[in-house]
Amino acid sequence: MNKVTDISSLRDPAFTAAVQADSGQDVTTCYQCGNCTAGCPASFAYDRQVSQIMRGVQLGLKDEVLNTRSIWMCLSCSTCSLRCPNNIDVAAVMETLRHMARKEGRVTVPKVEKFWFSFLDTVRVFGRTYEIGTMALYMLRSLRIFTDLDLAPEALKKRKLGLIPHAIPRQDVPDDGARAVGRIMQRYRQRALREGVRP
Amino acid sequence: MSVVSFAYYPGCSAKGSSADYERSTRTVCGLLDICLEELPGWNCCGSTPAHAVDTELSAALCVRNLDIAAQCGAKTVLTPCPSCLSNLRHAGRRMATPEFRARVNELLDAPAAETLPEVTSVMQGIARQYDKAALTARVKKPLTGLRLGAYYGCLMSRPADLMDFGDPENPTLMEEMLTACGAEVVDFPLKTSCCGASFGIPERPMTARNSAKILDLAVNMGLDALVVACPLCQMNLDLRQKQAAKSAGTTFDLPVPYFTQLLGLALGAPTDQLGLDKLCVSLDGLLKKAEGGQQCG
Ligand code: SF4
Ligand code: SF4
Repeated sequence: MNKVTDISSLRDPAFTAAVQADSGQDVTTCYQCGNCTAGCPASFAYDRQVSQIMRGVQLGLKDEVLNTRSIWMCLSCSTCSLRCPNNIDVAAVMETLRHMARKEGRVTVPKVEKFWFSFLDTVRVFGRTYEIGTMALYMLRSLRIFTDLDLAPEALKKRKLGLIPHAIPRQDVPDDGARAVGRIMQRYRQRALREGVRP
Repeated sequence: MSVVSFAYYPGCSAKGSSADYERSTRTVCGLLDICLEELPGWNCCGSTPAHAVDTELSAALCVRNLDIAAQCGAKTVLTPCPSCLSNLRHAGRRMATPEFRARVNELLDAPAAETLPEVTSVMQGIARQYDKAALTARVKKPLTGLRLGAYYGCLMSRPADLMDFGDPENPTLMEEMLTACGAEVVDFPLKTSCCGASFGIPERPMTARNSAKILDLAVNMGLDALVVACPLCQMNLDLRQKQAAKSAGTTFDLPVPYFTQLLGLALGAPTDQLGLDKLCVSLDGLLKKAEGGQQCG
């Protein structure tokens, strides 16, 4: 006889409902055709394919889905959404899952989140990004000193990487723009903490 | 033609990695009597990191810019970068939902203007003013003899209803423009594939592998150049071209210019006003070929 795994104890209907509400997508219409997976440029780096994740969401397998590496490796390219025969915005579902995982502090691929934070830190301080700042912060956070060192000679020769943070000029706006961005970030952070989620 | 003005959002890469896109965009628009008025005190749209972290945070960063444009009385904002465009448009659309608007306004210094301006790409902004014939009429040095492919990347045409860029898997606007400039433009099958986006720093194989696929096809099709419209695609396909080649166990030597750089050449702009020196894979061979083509043609 085939071995049967009973997953009923793992199912969480509230999780399915939450994903549907947050993403605005009706995941029940997914009939597992696999089109999304077939066109996904990140599939080679996924531990669960995107169509499998859709099935997991349907079944309410919260841990299974939110602990995948895939939701962190997704490129947000929307190829899946475009090709879904049921018009499900699959990329929006992936983004919702990433948000949910982050808010609960489940970060399966920390280096990706570290890169995002390094980027956002330069935006918080300078109002705009500048590449060297992002790189430096990322190297500190990830302790990966040699990231892209092979590119440095070419990038510097061509002045490809902004060396100087281009803060928003003060005289341009009544209230210094960089500080306005800092305040947006701060309000976001405070609200997240108030609402009990990880910013 | 009289001069038309648009509010202009350059995006952060314009001040760093894609200064050549910025330079050539300004040069081309200048030659086409399109005046770009940079938004005062604009800030980063938050790019992928902001929307990957939180939709409302991403929207707040975008809406601050749209609000500045509204205060300036702008109806339309042009931006060269597809990623900025996508974020700004997503934010503008989401603000139509009252609950979302209220959540975003909470993050801003003051509530955003009720009516926010539309945002469109520099490419579509040019196309609005110049159809194919009108563009051809402005060409001084046709790109005769050049065999080009157009590569849009994944963001320019998707999601289809939001980006309004024709067929989301087969946009043709860039082809039309380059053809108007006298080049031979071949249909490039991977024109809307993803290059690996911003994963170059945290996860190099993601960009190397995806970019290698695109470069490999372009080389096999015998293209003189793969023409792009996105700063991130350009960086992955040009600056990171050697990384891509290494991952595929081969070598590439394919120029990846911005469409504005080729438009500029065709419109007769001096090469030093197009930032050509910023390209890692040089355009010199292509320039010689174009001159040859002009003499023969
Ligand atoms: S959006 Fe994500 S899941 Fe969808 S095709 Fe692109 S990389 Fe794959
Ligand atoms: S393309 Fe749509 S229907 Fe098909 S497996 Fe993916 S989500 Fe389900």
